[in-house]
Amino acid sequence: MHRKKVKKSKKITFIVLCIWAIIQIFPLYWMLTFSLKDNSEIFGENIIGLPKKWLWSNYQVALTTGNMARYFLNSTIVTVGTIFLTTIAALMATYALKRMVWRGQETANNIFMLGLTVPIHAAILPVFIMLRNLKMTNSYQALILPYSAFALAMAILISNSFIDNIPRELEEAACIDGCSIYGIFWHIILPLMKPALSTIGIFIFLQAWNELMFAVIFISDSTYRTLSVGIQTLSGSYTTSWGPIGAALVIATFPTLFLYSFMSQKIQESLVIGAVKG
Amino acid sequence: MDKVMKNKTAIFLFMFPATFLFIAIIGVPIFMSVHYSLLDWNGITEGTFIGFQNYIELFKSPSIRFVKVIGNAFLLAILSVFIQLPLALWLAISLARGIKGERFFVTIFFIPVLISTVVIGQLWLKIYNPQYGIINAGLRAIGFDHLTRTWLGDQKTALFAVFVPILWQYVGYHMLLMYAGIKSISSSINEAAMIDGAEGWQMSKYITIPLLKPVLQVCVIFAVTGSLKAFDLIYVLTNGGPAHASEVPSTLMVSMIFGRNRYGFGSAIAICIIFLCFFFAILIKKFFRTEVE
Repeated sequence: MHRKKVKKSKKITFIVLCIWAIIQIFPLYWMLTFSLKDNSEIFGENIIGLPKKWLWSNYQVALTTGNMARYFLNSTIVTVGTIFLTTIAALMATYALKRMVWRGQETANNIFMLGLTVPIHAAILPVFIMLRNLKMTNSYQALILPYSAFALAMAILISNSFIDNIPRELEEAACIDGCSIYGIFWHIILPLMKPALSTIGIFIFLQAWNELMFAVIFISDSTYRTLSVGIQTLSGSYTTSWGPIGAALVIATFPTLFLYSFMSQKIQESLVIGAVKG
Repeated sequence: MDKVMKNKTAIFLFMFPATFLFIAIIGVPIFMSVHYSLLDWNGITEGTFIGFQNYIELFKSPSIRFVKVIGNAFLLAILSVFIQLPLALWLAISLARGIKGERFFVTIFFIPVLISTVVIGQLWLKIYNPQYGIINAGLRAIGFDHLTRTWLGDQKTALFAVFVPILWQYVGYHMLLMYAGIKSISSSINEAAMIDGAEGWQMSKYITIPLLKPVLQVCVIFAVTGSLKAFDLIYVLTNGGPAHASEVPSTLMVSMIFGRNRYGFGSAIAICIIFLCFFFAILIKKFFRTEVE
């Protein structure tokens, strides 16, 4: 009797979870299907079904006349640049903060950690003015530098927690062998910090790839537009034909979902680490 | 070894890139923002110092209605804490107790979190489209023609219409944090409770949720400060319109600074947002601390 009740409640839970899964995933399914349809299907004949005629030309339109290929490249450059700069800066700082010995290292670490709580609103206008004065708006640096600065706190936090697991004996041994401090960092610490790199990389990728506010304001020239701004422009000029926009949305989402399908567990872990430690 | 670790040049070199980035792009700008907020300045001519005039105008001007704008952000925060988080908690507990397809559900629920807010926004623009969107099309299909709306263009529905996708997108995020938190509760505690006769939702109420407090604190802080800072989806969906019906502090800030060149006034809004975020983060921490005691 009792067991029956438990079984029944499990069944109901399962059904509710399925419904919620549909709610979460349906818009994406819809995006995928209408990216392959023409207007007559999207607007009435076949609103939610699979496309009758698979219209791959939508993708061609989005990539060429819609300029999505360019925006995709720009987003890639900005994201890779940000990951590279942030990771290097964070690993170097972590080494100095956690392993080397100097006065004020605790305070310095705490100040970096304050960066976790500062919203980008605090910086947007001053940074815009700085970039304008340096004639640097409409460039890749205009996004890479601010993204890196705001990702830094999280990157240091993550690498701090990883460096604690590296035994000091290795450094001591290298030191006795006559290795310089730079050699220790380069040959011993960096290779051992590899597990931290993927966590940091995932974190920064999601931030930089998806960021909108800085990108909208610092970039007006289409040559440097990232995907988030590019899609906004595109949807402004293709208000009446939805197919190419759907294709653009799929193109922008593809790398994220591609990564996620291979390493969903790792991605979930990275985001949990970041949130709970911060 | 000690001597090597105290090498001043090396310390300087290692610290330099991070410190430079941090000071130039976060440290100095905060102080500049505070300074700007005290100026009457359009960004082109020289600004004039006007003390707290911007802040006074912000709260007194009948055309800006900043109190209502902040109210919108608070409303989002309240919905987030009292609808989104309980839903996430229920999902997390149900999944963590073990159910068929546990991993699959976690993976699916988390997908919207990863997708760019611009993509989500564009998608919901289409969902809400008055002629062809699936909401209105669905309503027409089941004969509820009178319920169809221009969801984002109607002053009465715009605010809630922009809130729905925001809440929808981040349920999975909170769910994942809570789920990971529950999973890290040691199984011996659960076993002990089970031997004492706790089961099902009793277990959740007396064991899981109290032990989950630190994670819940993080979630509440994220939900509240995230609402106060909310920008992306609202910018894409309505940009605060129609007639400021869905305006939030961030959209107002951007349109004041970059739309109307009111640099000083916009900076005052930025300072208010930062202040509110810090204030509520501290308040929530205090609240949870007294709760734990």
